[in-house]
Amino acid sequence: MSKITIPLGPQHPALKEPENFMLVLEGEQISGATVNLGYNHRGMEKAAEGRTYLQNLYLIERVCGICSHSHTTTYITNVEELAKCETPKRALAIRTLFAELERVHSHLLWLGVAGYEMGFETLFMYTWRDREQVLDCLEMLSGNRVHYSINTIGGVRRDITPEQKAGVVQRINYLIERTNYYIKLALEEPTVAARTANVGKLPLDVAIERGAVGPTARASGLARDVRKDEPYLIYNELDFKLITHNTNDVFGRLVVRALELVESYKMIKQVLNDLPEGPIAVKVPMRIAPGECVNHYEAPRGEDIHYLKSNGTDKPERLKVRAPTLANLQSVAYMLEGGWLADVPLVIAAIDPCMSCTDRAAVWNPKKGKTEVYSWEDLRKLSIEQYRKRGVDFTRL
Amino acid sequence: MELITPLAYLLIFPGFLFLAVYGLFLQWVDRKLCAVMQNRMGPPWFQGYADFIKLLAKEVIVPDEANTRMFRVLPFFAMAAIITALLSIPVWGTALYGFQGDLVAVIYLLTIPTVTFFLAGWSSASPYSTVGAMRVLTQLFAYEVPLMLSLIGPAILAGTWNITEISAFYAAHPVLIPAQLLGFLAALIALQGKLERMPFDIPHAKNEIVGGQFTEYSGRLLDFFLLAVDMEMVVGAALLNAVFLGGALGLTGPAAIAMFLAKTLFITFLLALLKVLMARIRIEQMINFCWKYLAPVAMAQLVFDIFLKYKLG
Repeated sequence: MSKITIPLGPQHPALKEPENFMLVLEGEQISGATVNLGYNHRGMEKAAEGRTYLQNLYLIERVCGICSHSHTTTYITNVEELAKCETPKRALAIRTLFAELERVHSHLLWLGVAGYEMGFETLFMYTWRDREQVLDCLEMLSGNRVHYSINTIGGVRRDITPEQKAGVVQRINYLIERTNYYIKLALEEPTVAARTANVGKLPLDVAIERGAVGPTARASGLARDVRKDEPYLIYNELDFKLITHNTNDVFGRLVVRALELVESYKMIKQVLNDLPEGPIAVKVPMRIAPGECVNHYEAPRGEDIHYLKSNGTDKPERLKVRAPTLANLQSVAYMLEGGWLADVPLVIAAIDPCMSCTDRAAVWNPKKGKTEVYSWEDLRKLSIEQYRKRGVDFTRL
Repeated sequence: MELITPLAYLLIFPGFLFLAVYGLFLQWVDRKLCAVMQNRMGPPWFQGYADFIKLLAKEVIVPDEANTRMFRVLPFFAMAAIITALLSIPVWGTALYGFQGDLVAVIYLLTIPTVTFFLAGWSSASPYSTVGAMRVLTQLFAYEVPLMLSLIGPAILAGTWNITEISAFYAAHPVLIPAQLLGFLAALIALQGKLERMPFDIPHAKNEIVGGQFTEYSGRLLDFFLLAVDMEMVVGAALLNAVFLGGALGLTGPAAIAMFLAKTLFITFLLALLKVLMARIRIEQMINFCWKYLAPVAMAQLVFDIFLKYKLG
């Protein structure tokens, strides 16, 4: 049978954000896949250099709509570390609470998207209805549903009252019941099993080699979770299991996320029950002494890494964000090859991609009418010129 | 007068106008039922009609690469075949133009829309449509045989190939209707495949190949294709009603028409239930399912019917 090349994206019903996958099809089977990024660059890292640390909070929160708390927490941990400030214990606990509520909201969202991509619209409608509960929790606690803006440098902006606590626990109890139903459904519904089992295989060695993170890695049997490996916030005080699964396929990713939901509910209750007393924020000076700092964080989609360099002013010198999707995209090309066309949306969705977090830059050359890939030499030359304009000449070093 | 009556049959009732209005109505019923089952609001009752009128006013774009004449003619072919099929299916007790062997003719006529879907995808000459077209044809080979096998069973038991006579036979022997349960379920699932609805909406799975065979269609032409699909649902439901459920059950006049509407609504409900219960399966899984499970079930019903016929004498 002759080969057909099908573009999946940048505009395609299966994709929530612009990205492009070129698929070479032999009949219904994929014999080759390439992933092309670069449709969604927003210049956030550069923009962060022009704003103060506090203003950046607003910006960093908008790196991703779903893991907004993850990015600000990672960023703020860096800032607080550089400013050598002692964040109050209560603030850390509230941040942990938000982190887990966010994971619940993100995983429920993913469950719905997975249902939609496998053509199971009922699952999509049900999970998104239930997701409203956790969004209500977030709104009740922070005033916002998506960008909670709970973090501030030195602590959190809002405290939690006993009434709010009761409201959250009540909603979480409802969600526990619903999640158990979804787990049962995922394990028993034959069409779900038919669509997810043995789809998008990612063996353990390939997952390690390609640097998979988060639920994608854990579904390949790789016990990698920042919350366990290097506990931040108050995760070392919480009792939770690291969920792994060894089927290496989309089904495993479904199970890992569903069971992680259960762990998150457990953690939310633990945090609410032992909320430490004390202030929720401390004062932090505007200017931060020169230094650099790297922190990582287990976002719902995997490990999120932020690098921050300060230069003694009230603005950062450099901020670098490595979103989890970038780490997982390397695995997507592997997972797609040899699979069926029908599974492509599901395989892509299974890493829970968030392209806008990931995209950095694409160079469009209007003279040649195509995008260009810059080599290391080109980038080096460009940066030397850039710094020469600023009055620093690196060629002499 | 001799000319006006058949024309009225063809164009108004139970022909084109009735099929179009009732098809769009069933589309709404289906959407509303699914919405309720999925915990949603669902569209208002006039949504189907409004969409139809709106699309009529939209520009028709024919791709440069496409075979223009074919591209333009196909939607009407699909619709014509479906309307013709209804002429042999009883709506108020007797069919308009029933003849011995019309069951085979109706099955044949109902295959034509599928073939036009394939040709539509193929003549669009775009990657998504091509893949969709190939899926239409592959799917046809999956559900067509179980559908035919399950329709033959009741015909053999009734001892006639005339749909009107088959439904009259079951109206006279209602005891035999439950005996056709397996065949009815097999035919229902195969009909779901024929109508390309979830979980068998593989040819136009929107998150895989966008619009499938209809990707390049727009405006009026798309509108008539969609209308043809809605009409096909009425005709499919009417066919199952006549063959398996005893048609009007011996009623005549308005009561028979009311019976027809009630029973097609019931079949629509079953189709909607199938739609919300499952995830879309892959094309190769569908073929496996249809040949491994559906065809043997239909075959078992056929054998059972032959046995029953022999016993009853």
